[in-house]
Amino acid sequence: MMTFILRRTGSLVLLLAAVSFITFTLFQLGPSDPAAAACGQECTPERVAEARVALGMDQPFFVQYFDYIRGLFSSRMIGAPGAQTLCEWPCLGKSFQTNENVADIIGRSLPYTFSMAIGALILWTITGVGLGLLAALRKGSPVDKFIVGAASVGVSLPIPVTGLFLLLLFVNQLHLLPFTTNEINSPFGPQGPGAWVANYLLPWIALAVLFSASYIRVTRTNMIETFGEDFIRTARAKGLAPRTVTFKHGVRAGITPVVTMLGMDIGLLLGGAVLTEQIFSVPGLGFTAVHAAISGDLPVTMAITMLAAFFVIVANVAVDLAYAAIDPRVRLQ
Amino acid sequence: MTQLNITAKKASAPAGGTAGATATAPFLEVRDLTVKFPTDDGVVSAVNGMDFALERGQTLGIVGESGSGKSVTSQALMGLLKGTSAQVTGEAMFQGKDLVTLPESAMRQLRGRNIGMIFQDPLSALHPFYTVGHQIAEAYLVHNKASKKQARAAAVDMLGRVGIPSPEQRYDEYPHHFSGGMRQRAMIAMALICEPELLIADEPTTALDVTVQAQILDLMSELQEETNSALILITHDLGVVAEVCDNVLVMYGGQCVESGPVDDIFYDTQHPYTLGLLNSMPTLNSAASRLNPIPGQPPSLLDLPKGCIFSARCQYAELAGDGVCASQRPELRVEDGHGKRCHLSGPQIITIRNSR
Repeated sequence: MMTFILRRTGSLVLLLAAVSFITFTLFQLGPSDPAAAACGQECTPERVAEARVALGMDQPFFVQYFDYIRGLFSSRMIGAPGAQTLCEWPCLGKSFQTNENVADIIGRSLPYTFSMAIGALILWTITGVGLGLLAALRKGSPVDKFIVGAASVGVSLPIPVTGLFLLLLFVNQLHLLPFTTNEINSPFGPQGPGAWVANYLLPWIALAVLFSASYIRVTRTNMIETFGEDFIRTARAKGLAPRTVTFKHGVRAGITPVVTMLGMDIGLLLGGAVLTEQIFSVPGLGFTAVHAAISGDLPVTMAITMLAAFFVIVANVAVDLAYAAIDPRVRLQ
Repeated sequence: MTQLNITAKKASAPAGGTAGATATAPFLEVRDLTVKFPTDDGVVSAVNGMDFALERGQTLGIVGESGSGKSVTSQALMGLLKGTSAQVTGEAMFQGKDLVTLPESAMRQLRGRNIGMIFQDPLSALHPFYTVGHQIAEAYLVHNKASKKQARAAAVDMLGRVGIPSPEQRYDEYPHHFSGGMRQRAMIAMALICEPELLIADEPTTALDVTVQAQILDLMSELQEETNSALILITHDLGVVAEVCDNVLVMYGGQCVESGPVDDIFYDTQHPYTLGLLNSMPTLNSAASRLNPIPGQPPSLLDLPKGCIFSARCQYAELAGDGVCASQRPELRVEDGHGKRCHLSGPQIITIRNSR
């Protein structure tokens, strides 16, 4: 098990290096000219050239890449020779728009994204797995048919539709919930956990409606398959209680595909739920990335892209480790 | 429905009314057991009126090809069909309780403790995510008030009894660490940990190679002798039947077509289907280079023929005359503990036997 963890962690580091290189290359080759974007409205060719020097773009590609990577490990100087400013660790460059350290911008956005992701995740896992399991246990019954039908509806509702509908209903009409505010981004803030939940409940529901639909279907399919397995019959033949058969023997074996999905979705969601953040005006990573992209703020866009890739990769490794914890056969390979 | 008593050595059998566990009542008595599965295509008649009885210390072999209702019969006895769409009717008296009508909660108390079951293909029948020892200890803990430590000791002891070397170490290994034969031994240990009086083995040796098969059969016989339990051995392997069974019940299309003591079945075969089964077995000294199968397909359980279920494949159906085989379902006729479900007379069968 220990070697398994070490091997997976090793591959994680290699993957991250590869992803950072590819992302960096993509943004270098991209159609937008960072220098033109950085020098602003009244641009002359001379000022663009100056900007290129200031951004280090006169340097060879690999020098630029390694400078960028160096910033991940230590503070470094940034800017034109003679007018250099310190970019503190962790340095991901400075925003073209505000000249702010990109790491600070990300640090500010992350709690919003985390707040949204955590609640949504818990909500959709409980509803998705719970309803999927219920449907599997009552296969063919009206309960099953209703759940499967609801899942089909849920998965076909886009976030803008559910999001706006929820806002209209609960905020505009019923006045049950406040409109999302930027002041709350943690359950441990001065307003307390209650306000945190109230603030993020609607985005959570909007995301949960979308995500739990596929969790219901995957859970249901896999649990039905698992309940038909020979070892379930063996468990019943031992005289085990139905609850033990269902949960200890059934769910443990049938839940692995859900773990995979969950890992991937956590990774994706932590990279920023662009639409949801837009609709509920939550200034998380997705929201920030969109605004940076629109205004050509390359360092911010690139850093968020890398961070999103990082989350996906880490989630992948976490899924692998979870698999090994659940299924002893995986540890053999 | 004809009453069949398979308990060959005991001549007496109560004719009906065995509501209580009296001294004369057989240990297990199954009467008119019927299992139907409603499906979208119609009702599947998997088991159609099975009758048999079994005493402690005896082994009953149930033989038949795939889809003949062997496994469904065993699952009905185990109550494993409760909670499914299956419709089980008839009677299965075991220790004064009717296994057919017993509620699930009471059935659960019997499962594992009084009736143990060994399944085919132990790799899929054991849970891949739990250690072998854990699964055996779990079976012990369901029916015994014991600590985890005691359960572990019992499981280790049982693993040793079924012939698994260094059981203390093997306890903590997973099923995929075991070889096929070892897995089946573990499966047997799990079924026997609570020392059930009735053991149902559903094709216990099918997934194993021949040498291991023999070991497993020996082991089961030994343990059966130790605990004086009754054993129902479900198989399609007549060699296995000849080796370990006292009585045999041949199934076809969810019905018993022939039953009786093992020697009678092999040397005084009374049913054309059993003859066909015996005939299709390869022998070492036979000159024939090809196997000799029974022509045709088993009947569809969705739509059983009106007459004898085997008539469509029976090459002697016209011998009975008047097309009786196609029009009339034969009753199970029992003589001297040997039952057959066939329109052909004894002399006709003897002629057929001598002609091949």
